[in-house]
Amino acid sequence: MKNTRRGFLKFAGLSAVGVAGSTAVATRTRASQEHEPPATEGKRLALVVDLRKFAKNDELLDKITDACHRAHNVPDFSDDPKNEVKWIWSEDFETAFHSQEFHYIREDLKGKPTLLLCNHCDNPPCTRVCPTEATWKRASDGVVMMDWHRCIGCRYCVVACPYGSRSFNWKDPRKAPNLAEIDNTYPTRMRGVVEKCTFCDERLRRGELPACVEACDNDEMVFGDLNDPGSKIRRVLAEHMTIRRKPGLGTQPEVYYIVEDPRTLQEFAPAAEVFEEGGGHA
Amino acid sequence: MYDASKIVVGLAVFVVLATSPLWYNALSSASPAAPELSQPTNGSTECVEETAFMRANHMDLLDQWRDTVVRDDVRTYTSEMSGKTYTMSLSDTCLDCHSKKDQFCDACHTYSAVDPYCWTCHVVPEEAQ
Repeated sequence: MKNTRRGFLKFAGLSAVGVAGSTAVATRTRASQEHEPPATEGKRLALVVDLRKFAKNDELLDKITDACHRAHNVPDFSDDPKNEVKWIWSEDFETAFHSQEFHYIREDLKGKPTLLLCNHCDNPPCTRVCPTEATWKRASDGVVMMDWHRCIGCRYCVVACPYGSRSFNWKDPRKAPNLAEIDNTYPTRMRGVVEKCTFCDERLRRGELPACVEACDNDEMVFGDLNDPGSKIRRVLAEHMTIRRKPGLGTQPEVYYIVEDPRTLQEFAPAAEVFEEGGGHA
Repeated sequence: MYDASKIVVGLAVFVVLATSPLWYNALSSASPAAPELSQPTNGSTECVEETAFMRANHMDLLDQWRDTVVRDDVRTYTSEMSGKTYTMSLSDTCLDCHSKKDQFCDACHTYSAVDPYCWTCHVVPEEAQ
């Protein structure tokens, strides 16, 4: 083929498009890989809540919440929701899992109080927005930590957390009526600081389970290391269907909920009414 | 200069008033007594580091302890003076010896008019209150 100026320009143009295209594809692939949850170097602590074992108006919920809030001197300003501070709390099932859009929800799950706490996400949005690095994901076990010395109270993290797990101290927590008597082994916070669950890092350090898990009577919550294939939590997750809150956001929450119904479909009456005359709406 | 006498008198009054704190301190005999700090109540005779170092740098050491404990999850401190190891804890280690907070921390901080906010969050152990 004869080399013409026209042919050369065509070839150069096509080559440029090809190079630009492949670079863009490569960048895109890299970017999507970066959104994979970062593997922690050591442990990956997580929690399973067995919702089957919680009944409506269960005293256990109060017992667990109390154990946590008492151990960490969490102020009780619940008379005014604006001032409320909470590390662990409960919400009815449909609210807790509203992104699942349940229709004709199972009767026992309807309005069922569901224990909620910080999800210690693998990909936490709260730590990304903190301007002072007062909150960060601990590399050794994946706990989303708080440094209350460093928090400046900007509340970006409160906005960033999709689970409502973070509370701001609008009032001096020491003035809360329930903190007239303080647990001497744990500090309080001061006004203008954000607080949340830390998976009881102070107890983990002493080799103890989180206060909520310890308050359970009968394995209602299972705590453990996901990076250990033989751990109890891995066996529980391998054998049970679990759901997590707002999975579509890509935060990779590490609190799992067992909701399965132990009954098999054979235990229900056959669905013959669909074809029966006069039965159903055939 | 017009009204020289009034101006000179006015200036003199101003200078005396402006320097009055200096005069007052120079003439008043009683200078405030340096605070007397309480000695350890548990019989301990040495701090984690030299006394002179602690007196000058305890705030930096506490800052360093704070960051190491909270951010690095390391709680053991090895003394550069004695090589002994201590748990890095304000409430437990420091106040274990200096158990009279009001006669140790507060006495000196009040004297030197500094107001650290350790205790807005940290809890004074019961025996130290």
